[in-house]
Amino acid sequence: MSEEKIVSGIKFGILSPDEIRKMSVVQVTSPETYEEDGTPRAHSVMDYRLGAIEPGQVCPVCGNTIKGCPGHFGHIELAVPIINVLFVKHIHELLKATCPKCGRLKISPQAFERYRKYLAKLKDRYPYLARLFTEYIKRQAMKATVCPYCGAKQPKIKLEKPTTFIEQYPDSKDTIRLNAREVRKRLEAIPNEDLELLGYDPRDARPEWMVFTAFPVPPTSIRPSILIETGIRSEDDLTHKLVDIVRTNERLREHIASGAPEIIIDDLWELLQYHVTTYLDNEVPGIPPAKHRSGRPLKTLAQRLRGKEGRFRGNLSGKRVDYSARTVISPDPYLSINEVGVPIDVAKILTVPERVNEWNIDELRRYVINGPFKWPGANYVVTPDGRRIDLRYVRDRKSVAESLAPGYIVERHLKDGDIVLFNRQPSLHRMSMMGHVVKVLPGRTFRLHLSVCPPYNADFDGDEMNLHVPQTEDARAEARTLLKVQNHILTPRYGGVIIGAIQDYISGAYVLTIKSTLLEKEEVIELLAAAGVVKEPPEPAILSPRKLWTGKQIVSMFLPEDFNFHGKANISSGPLRCDDINCFWDSYVVVRQGKLLLGVLDKKTIGAEQQDSVLYWLAKEYGVEVAAAFMDKLFRLFIRVLERKGFTLRLDDVAVSEDVQTQILNLLSEAFEKVRNLVEQYSRGTLEVVPGRSLEESLEIRILEVLAEARDKAGEVAVSSLNPFNYAFIMARTGARGNVLNLTQMAATLGQMTVRGERIWRGYMGRPLPHFKRDDLGAIARGFVVNSFFRGLSVTEMFMHAAGGREGLVDTAVRTSQSGYMQRRLVNALMDLYIAYDNTVRDSSGSIIQFAYGEDMADPSKAPHGKIVNVERIVERVLGEI
Amino acid sequence: MPGKRSLQDLSKVLEHELVPKHEVLSVEEGLEILRRYGIKPEQLPWLRASDPVARAIGAKPGDIVRIYRRSPTAGEIVVYRYVVPG
Ligand SMILES: [Mg+2]
Ligand SMILES: [Zn+2]
Ligand SMILES: [Zn+2]
Ligand SMILES: [Zn+2]
Repeated sequence: MSEEKIVSGIKFGILSPDEIRKMSVVQVTSPETYEEDGTPRAHSVMDYRLGAIEPGQVCPVCGNTIKGCPGHFGHIELAVPIINVLFVKHIHELLKATCPKCGRLKISPQAFERYRKYLAKLKDRYPYLARLFTEYIKRQAMKATVCPYCGAKQPKIKLEKPTTFIEQYPDSKDTIRLNAREVRKRLEAIPNEDLELLGYDPRDARPEWMVFTAFPVPPTSIRPSILIETGIRSEDDLTHKLVDIVRTNERLREHIASGAPEIIIDDLWELLQYHVTTYLDNEVPGIPPAKHRSGRPLKTLAQRLRGKEGRFRGNLSGKRVDYSARTVISPDPYLSINEVGVPIDVAKILTVPERVNEWNIDELRRYVINGPFKWPGANYVVTPDGRRIDLRYVRDRKSVAESLAPGYIVERHLKDGDIVLFNRQPSLHRMSMMGHVVKVLPGRTFRLHLSVCPPYNADFDGDEMNLHVPQTEDARAEARTLLKVQNHILTPRYGGVIIGAIQDYISGAYVLTIKSTLLEKEEVIELLAAAGVVKEPPEPAILSPRKLWTGKQIVSMFLPEDFNFHGKANISSGPLRCDDINCFWDSYVVVRQGKLLLGVLDKKTIGAEQQDSVLYWLAKEYGVEVAAAFMDKLFRLFIRVLERKGFTLRLDDVAVSEDVQTQILNLLSEAFEKVRNLVEQYSRGTLEVVPGRSLEESLEIRILEVLAEARDKAGEVAVSSLNPFNYAFIMARTGARGNVLNLTQMAATLGQMTVRGERIWRGYMGRPLPHFKRDDLGAIARGFVVNSFFRGLSVTEMFMHAAGGREGLVDTAVRTSQSGYMQRRLVNALMDLYIAYDNTVRDSSGSIIQFAYGEDMADPSKAPHGKIVNVERIVERVLGEI
Repeated sequence: MPGKRSLQDLSKVLEHELVPKHEVLSVEEGLEILRRYGIKPEQLPWLRASDPVARAIGAKPGDIVRIYRRSPTAGEIVVYRYVVPG
């Protein structure tokens, strides 16, 4: 065991050539990496002294084997100075801010003293302001045209893409190329005091260290070579690049020693600069990236760190974990909302460590005997002295089971009742990862209740989800008390329900609770059985000639006995609208003393994301357990209702009669006539101009208005001809799925297609498609689709429809990438804020962000939709009515 | 600095209905605030000395300013700012 030490601070600096040499164990000079016999060559980038990499090998430097050797740096003595690309911005600024003659920062001596004192003061109290101030000083210095110390005229210094500096004196036209040696000389000349004024700490970051003279060679362990099955060695990209550097460097050294012409030396110098630059960052703009023989760009140092798969985002902020599983999801309405269905094959791999005690020992013995391949079994046994027994390789599991005693830990298979975390990306809010109770099922998919689709934003067109098994008692307790799905029925965003009835649940609730639904005793029993309820049904609503129950009576069986509610149903609109209890259309919902007396249940009352709904008040006043049980039982019953009825959507539902079809076509031709009139007025110049718009824009606006009105009218005609109890219409009215526009498009006409809010006109000269006449401004030629989905689209109509649809797809793609980036930035900025015990919001350093949480200490999850108290509801709850 | 405005112009800033009441605290009051929250002055939110309100009430770097804000949900909330140079 090594001695324990405490890190008191971390300081970043630039490696000086001295330090590079001091930490080096070998000077690398050989471009050849292996001897003929395949052993690493001394003084090459694979030198043994760079660290032990093969098992059994002993490191000549530290004496450790591969397990203990940390690897050691070597170095290359560069024949010429080479600029470090990662610092070019700083080098450029320093060159511009200092005098090339005398090296001083171009700030007058008086100002210098003043700035120095001020900066010292800022530094210990406002480090952030000090940074800003050094920026200001730097900008001042860069402005000077004459050196305040030696009076030399100052040149302009330009940075040419990656690493070349070009200087030009104001009165001459010639430009001078500064080589790295000259750059380094100038940086060396800058005095320490001047650097401090620019915010540098010269002890750890002398600027000339930004130009390499010695170059570090990292240990072999960070660039391991891999053996391909043919026995050929394949080296890491970094090694390739290091070899390039060594080779070029040695050639350069030889040429200099033999006094080769300057052009050759400069060419090689530039090549060496290229190799070093691409070694550090192979994506610098201005030079072609270094490529592998196969044409693949090399992955060098910066590429290891940057981006989504880089060290920071890929390995540190987020990592791959054990005890997790991922597979496709599918629905299972017979699960509780709190449950997740886990395939047996997954349950046999994920394990929960369970400590043996006298109460569970028999059960755990059974698991050990079952072993890793039979569910419910166990995969490992951990003995009290920390030995792990892998049950895959134990021949006699019985004796292992026999040897179990309190204190042993058995890593048993996942089983029913275990708590797990379930997650779907993108994890945008806390409901993206919730606690579920395991239900092990046959099959290969994770199963979930349909009502938890909205918080995960999941559907079943191939979505996959992740599952994690908490491994400690604390984690499991936390998951059970805080993370279970039922604890997220109310969203923390605005305190409303986000888990509720969707789609078929809503249709089913409606079909069950309409007045015309009367159920025989057998039906009532079947429905209650579907809900899993064993309870005496209430007295029937109709006694004679047969006993019949209403759907409302069935629903009432699931409501708490003292529950009161009143409010509109979703169907309450248009001709079915009701605003109070005097309601003929059954569109006003009243619950008194736990009895549903009036109104149908639909989206408004039991749906997800609805304000002040039945579900909301159940969750709020009776607790989330009651709300969860309500959903688990009743929603299953709703589905049973639909199964009995045979609820569906069929082609007939959107078919309209010949008669209506003619009406629709007449309406549309009238509109087309109006459009023709408008176009004529436009070409004659008599069209009335919309204020603030050009003549062309006015025409388009008027046409769009006329056509939109025509479509709405056509829709109205078609929809009013539909049977109000046809399935598509029920779904639209109750809010289960679809709306009147969808019905219109299916039954009557699709209407005008648009791109960027305009009629479709791009494509050919004066027309979107060659099927039309040039400059035809009529409805059809600019993307009006006369047909309905029922009748089918013509070729040109189908093209226009696709053009409009494409725009929507592009919009979503753009929006998700933008909001994803914003989310990342926000999370990184806010992640370590917390509410302290004095209700202040603080950051990780204890600094105050807000003096009271939200400056009103209101918890949005308890102040629904921004309202803090709902007085009406309190009155209703107490009096039972309003 | 974008054209110095007169003191008279600045005091108009305080009359605007969206500018809450600001006041400079005495040293003792300031110390009491720092004690209450257990922090150093830099750990308070900052107010630039060049802020129009700070100039209007004559707050200097190092001062602590108390602000009474109106809020539809909380009635009134009191917050503090530490005046910094610049
Ligand atoms: Mg999907
Ligand atoms: Zn070693
Ligand atoms: Zn000078
Ligand atoms: Zn799909």
